[in-house]
Amino acid sequence: MSETKISLGKDELDRRARDALKGLADLRAEGREPSPRDRLGLPVQDMPCQDGRERSRNMFEVAEGYGEAQARLEAERCLMCRNAPCVQGCPVRVDIPGFIAKIREGDFPTAARVIKRTNLLPSVCGRVCPQESQCQANCTVGKSLKSVDSAVQIGRLERWVADTERACGACDLPDVGSASGKRIAVVGSGPAGLTTAIDLRREGHEVVVYEAFQKAGGVMVYGIPEFRLPKSLVAMESSLLAEMGVRYELNFLVGRTRRLGALLAEDGFDAVFIGAGAGLPKFMEIPGENLVGVFSANEYLTRANLMKAYDRQRAATPIYPSRRVAVLGGGNVAMDSARMALRLGAEEVHVLYRRTREEMPARAEEVGHAMEEGIVFDFLTSPTRVIGDKDGRAEALEILSYALGEADASGRRSPVAIRGSERVEGFDTVIVAIGNESNPLLARTSPDLRIDRRGHILVDDKQKTSIDRVYAGGDIVLGAATVILAMGEGRRAAAAINELLA
Amino acid sequence: MTRIVSKRKLSDEVFRLEVEAPLVARERKAGQFVIVQADEDFGERIPLTIADADPARGSVVLVFQTVGASTHALASKSVGDPITLLGPLGNPTHIERFGRAVCVGGGIGLAPLHPIVGALKAAGNEVTVIAGARTRELLVMQDELAALADELIVVTDDGSAGRKALVTEPLKELCSAKPDIAVAIGPPIMMKFCAETTRPFGVKTLVSLNTIMIDGTGMCGGCRVAVGGETKFVCVDGPEFDGHLVDWDGMMSRLRSYKRQEEEAHHKCHLEEQIAGAAR
Repeated sequence: MSETKISLGKDELDRRARDALKGLADLRAEGREPSPRDRLGLPVQDMPCQDGRERSRNMFEVAEGYGEAQARLEAERCLMCRNAPCVQGCPVRVDIPGFIAKIREGDFPTAARVIKRTNLLPSVCGRVCPQESQCQANCTVGKSLKSVDSAVQIGRLERWVADTERACGACDLPDVGSASGKRIAVVGSGPAGLTTAIDLRREGHEVVVYEAFQKAGGVMVYGIPEFRLPKSLVAMESSLLAEMGVRYELNFLVGRTRRLGALLAEDGFDAVFIGAGAGLPKFMEIPGENLVGVFSANEYLTRANLMKAYDRQRAATPIYPSRRVAVLGGGNVAMDSARMALRLGAEEVHVLYRRTREEMPARAEEVGHAMEEGIVFDFLTSPTRVIGDKDGRAEALEILSYALGEADASGRRSPVAIRGSERVEGFDTVIVAIGNESNPLLARTSPDLRIDRRGHILVDDKQKTSIDRVYAGGDIVLGAATVILAMGEGRRAAAAINELLA
Repeated sequence: MTRIVSKRKLSDEVFRLEVEAPLVARERKAGQFVIVQADEDFGERIPLTIADADPARGSVVLVFQTVGASTHALASKSVGDPITLLGPLGNPTHIERFGRAVCVGGGIGLAPLHPIVGALKAAGNEVTVIAGARTRELLVMQDELAALADELIVVTDDGSAGRKALVTEPLKELCSAKPDIAVAIGPPIMMKFCAETTRPFGVKTLVSLNTIMIDGTGMCGGCRVAVGGETKFVCVDGPEFDGHLVDWDGMMSRLRSYKRQEEEAHHKCHLEEQIAGAAR
């Protein structure tokens, strides 16, 4: 497990990689190409990271990124499988062997160009995609070495290519087709909306992206913390769209500032894509949840990220002063909340999760990072109520212990409460990170828009909704998913819209 | 990003800003609000109810009192300055021909009450307005309300204008004639006592809640409040609720979440104003 490994500094990792590359160069000097066997023998390149204790008190990025030697060595591990199973695992079908081959050749600008043919947000995806369950899960190298952890580190390479390109200051823009005279409104500027906007703009359509917040990026700016995804990168990648001619309308809530129907009927749009995101935070529905000091992860993270509450000198948005924090949930958002609370000055942060580490939906890497930083995991526990003081502020949780029962039909072992195991533990802050329900606003203001019983917009296999010329994708359709799945849906919707308007 | 079109200081602590927002001016209905931010990078997002709108001029009017750092930052803006504004948010007031309506506005709450009085009148209701404030200079929009209402009753805590009384006194007197609906907008404690006043008479009482919010679109849940034992989000389920069902004490304690930080910031703002004043 990653938290037990001794971590080396970035320079040392790169020095070791240089030595290994020299070995390969010597081989080639003898006129021999490394065999697949040689390649399988190359060491997986670890990601250099800031020291756990140090970073738990700063907002800088945790993962520092490969050096050039590490990137080139990791690229040498790829077997260039002809059927490229990794590409099948990528929701936006990045030409993975194609860009890795260019890294090997030392042609980094072309490597970036290959990625950007299908993915204009490589800095983001290289950082936050769950590669271990997508491209890297299919990697032949990982399969041969019998561990997904040994797969070619595609995500780290993607990030390195994007970061290297940005450092050179020469970012290529995709070509924009000649003006088609067609206009499309994109609702929401998160990963789904931006991907759709790019694909539509490539065809020469006029694209307007509507965003309710004051900044573009959706979950990439309000949700995912700075220490995992620097906001300057998101700003840079979303500004590329503006350079392509995509227009942003910020502080604009479709459904309220303008009805969905009016965009089509009165404002001259030929189609609309809805990528409005997940919406309403879920709460536990236990007593005391409205006490002061209880937050949704959305609120807590938005204060800290978008509103920059961590910058206490400059930001006007306050953040709650916490000493002992309980985070409820086991997903990536729970990890982000816990790690953010620590950085904002909490003395102790606990994650309460009803099952065990094996069942946690969070990425193993994020859980490992949280553990290294000193987050305490209380597995097999869940609160039954929040206890407040006389001023209505949370001061404790009543917590129940669980055991894992028999596996259900889906193979998942469900937690069973242990009767009489209630105990009370002091917490002044509680962050609820158990997911989101759909935002009802668009459906309420557009009665023809069909939704399922959980409020998600219903779409067909081309992402088309019940309303003609209106498409949807991302969390508003899927429920809480990932950046890359949202991008995949956006891509599919854009293809359908491009076909419709052709 | 939009712009401030006009600005007026109504009293030491109360400001009236007219902000360019053509779409909001066209779409907004009585009871809705906007979220404003004095500075896009570091400003706080705060909800303010719309006091008036002029679709022809393409502007909305916001009236607010300086209570913390963010309202001070807004008040320090000049005509032509950029400002961030999102809206209209929340559900419009349910307006119908109820018959006789009593509308109670306290202090700054008189501003959002104004469009509701207008809409109730337009629907054919007979409207009595009770306008209350701590003192004369905090009574805003008196002319506008007097022009709309069938009757305007003015009360102040200190007797500097109208009757020396709390708004609940004339409200109670009017309740004996059993009005068909009551609307109360003002500080939470005032709305709570208005609801307590009308409860024994069985007069349905609408209140408009102004809670802590970030996005105002349902995403943060910071605005949640218990209404009739159920958790509601003020931004998407409100901002108006049945005052007899609101958990006032819970709501008021949530409003005090950041009281300590706000007091420090407010104190700092006043010091800065004094220093700036002394320098002039």
